[in-house]
Amino acid sequence: MNTTDTLWVILSAALVLFMTPGLALFYGGMVRSKNVLAIMMNSLAAMAVVTVIWVAIAGSLSFGDDLGGGLLGNLSLAGLAHIPSSLPGLSGVHASSLSVLLYQMMFAIITAALISGGTTDRIKFSSFVVLISIWTVAVYAPLAHWVFSPNGWLAHRGVLDFAGGTVVEINSGFSTLAVVLVLGPRKGWPRDSMTPHSVPLSLLGLGILWFGWLGFNGGSSLAMNDVAVSAVLNTQLAAAAGLIGWLIYERTTEHYATTLGAASGGVAGMVAITPCAGFVQPYAALIIGLIAGLACAKAVRMKFKLGIDDSLDVLGVHGVGGVIGMVLLGLFATKSINPAGADGLLQGGGFALLADELLAIVVTASFAFGVTWLIAQAISKTIGLRVSEEDELKGLDLTQHAESAYSGGGSGRFSS
Amino acid sequence: MELKLITAIIKPFKIDDVKAGLKTVGVDGLTVTEVHGFGRQRGHTEVYRGAEYEIDFVPKLKLEIITNANQVDEIVNALVASASTGSIGDGKIWVSPLETVVRVRTDERGSDAI
Repeated sequence: MNTTDTLWVILSAALVLFMTPGLALFYGGMVRSKNVLAIMMNSLAAMAVVTVIWVAIAGSLSFGDDLGGGLLGNLSLAGLAHIPSSLPGLSGVHASSLSVLLYQMMFAIITAALISGGTTDRIKFSSFVVLISIWTVAVYAPLAHWVFSPNGWLAHRGVLDFAGGTVVEINSGFSTLAVVLVLGPRKGWPRDSMTPHSVPLSLLGLGILWFGWLGFNGGSSLAMNDVAVSAVLNTQLAAAAGLIGWLIYERTTEHYATTLGAASGGVAGMVAITPCAGFVQPYAALIIGLIAGLACAKAVRMKFKLGIDDSLDVLGVHGVGGVIGMVLLGLFATKSINPAGADGLLQGGGFALLADELLAIVVTASFAFGVTWLIAQAISKTIGLRVSEEDELKGLDLTQHAESAYSGGGSGRFSS
Repeated sequence: MELKLITAIIKPFKIDDVKAGLKTVGVDGLTVTEVHGFGRQRGHTEVYRGAEYEIDFVPKLKLEIITNANQVDEIVNALVASASTGSIGDGKIWVSPLETVVRVRTDERGSDAI
């Protein structure tokens, strides 16, 4: 075990964990004040529930010995009780095995929490917890095995995905779409005004996400080396370019550069660089971020035409941004940054990598959508997914959690 | 003496001018409430991730002043002079008859309670 590598991975684990409360703020600011606690509670629930499920079983299904065909890990790591000195297929990684599993746990947490961005304002708290519990085992763990474990069938084919363009981004985007289609739109959407109740809260959240994302991508080298440095630099560049791209879109089409647009563009850039971070040159990171900023700004405006209330644009930002990142990785990947990677189409590597990346996109989107749709349907038909219409109108903070965010003690209006 | 209630809707940022203007005509008490509404001004548009929201209800302040009937014109003139910006949305003033007024501390009634 290499202590420096282990230190980097543990430090990065802390950075990635911090992203989830950051996401809670980012999302919390965008909903109405009667639902802010409920959506933040979804992130808190993910931090607790996914942690337990990951240690119990999902970590092993992701990184345990392959059961066959690269489809799923076995239960050799269940309970994280017996940890080999190197994880199956990861003999080249010198960070401690347990640190890698700890680090990967944080990815599962934030991916589950991302779903709340689509389901907010109307999903029952208990149903959200059941949903992400089943989903972590049935959707997240198989995908993590396919892509993040070198024994997984997609990784084995040669699919590159540095930090989760498929497992985290495309997965969360299409899983959220599936739940949203089962759940239906918020009552009154899109006619009623559903403006963000606190944009400053969202901007604070973006700051925390940005900070944590350096570890999300940087730590994915699983070693303290040049690839890690490239990944951190590329993350910064793509965030900056994404922010610029989104604002260019707004200024040219709608005449205003909004702060929420700037924050969303930063996220879009970082989403797209996630699969690419340790595989591309800095100039490519700028291009990838800029394209993601422009394209995601366009994508989030399409949900109104499609009539799909993906309330906080998980599909439009994470799904679309993830697809863009995976496609552009097929063009810009270069072995000059990462000898363990491959050369993309524009780097003289031909179409092979691009074809693999396209396959990974289609597989991830279909699998995530299909299985999550089945889970959401099953929950909907048994315990129900959605709160009553009356509770939705009153707000989830009060009806699901018996609290209110900004006027504790009943209405608060007549207290002195 | 006959009592009147003057109610005025004004732009929030004019409150200090209005307060100063009312002092010059001897008004030494008023009640202010934050309200929302729309008239000819209509609202404004806000944009979040490309979704345009028409914000119909514009924030305004509502002032309530109790006075003797013989001072009404003076006070209304002071209100108009101090609250006006000349642009749309400057507000409204209306005057209504008042049955009586009571000062809670002393139980004084009518003009004595103003």
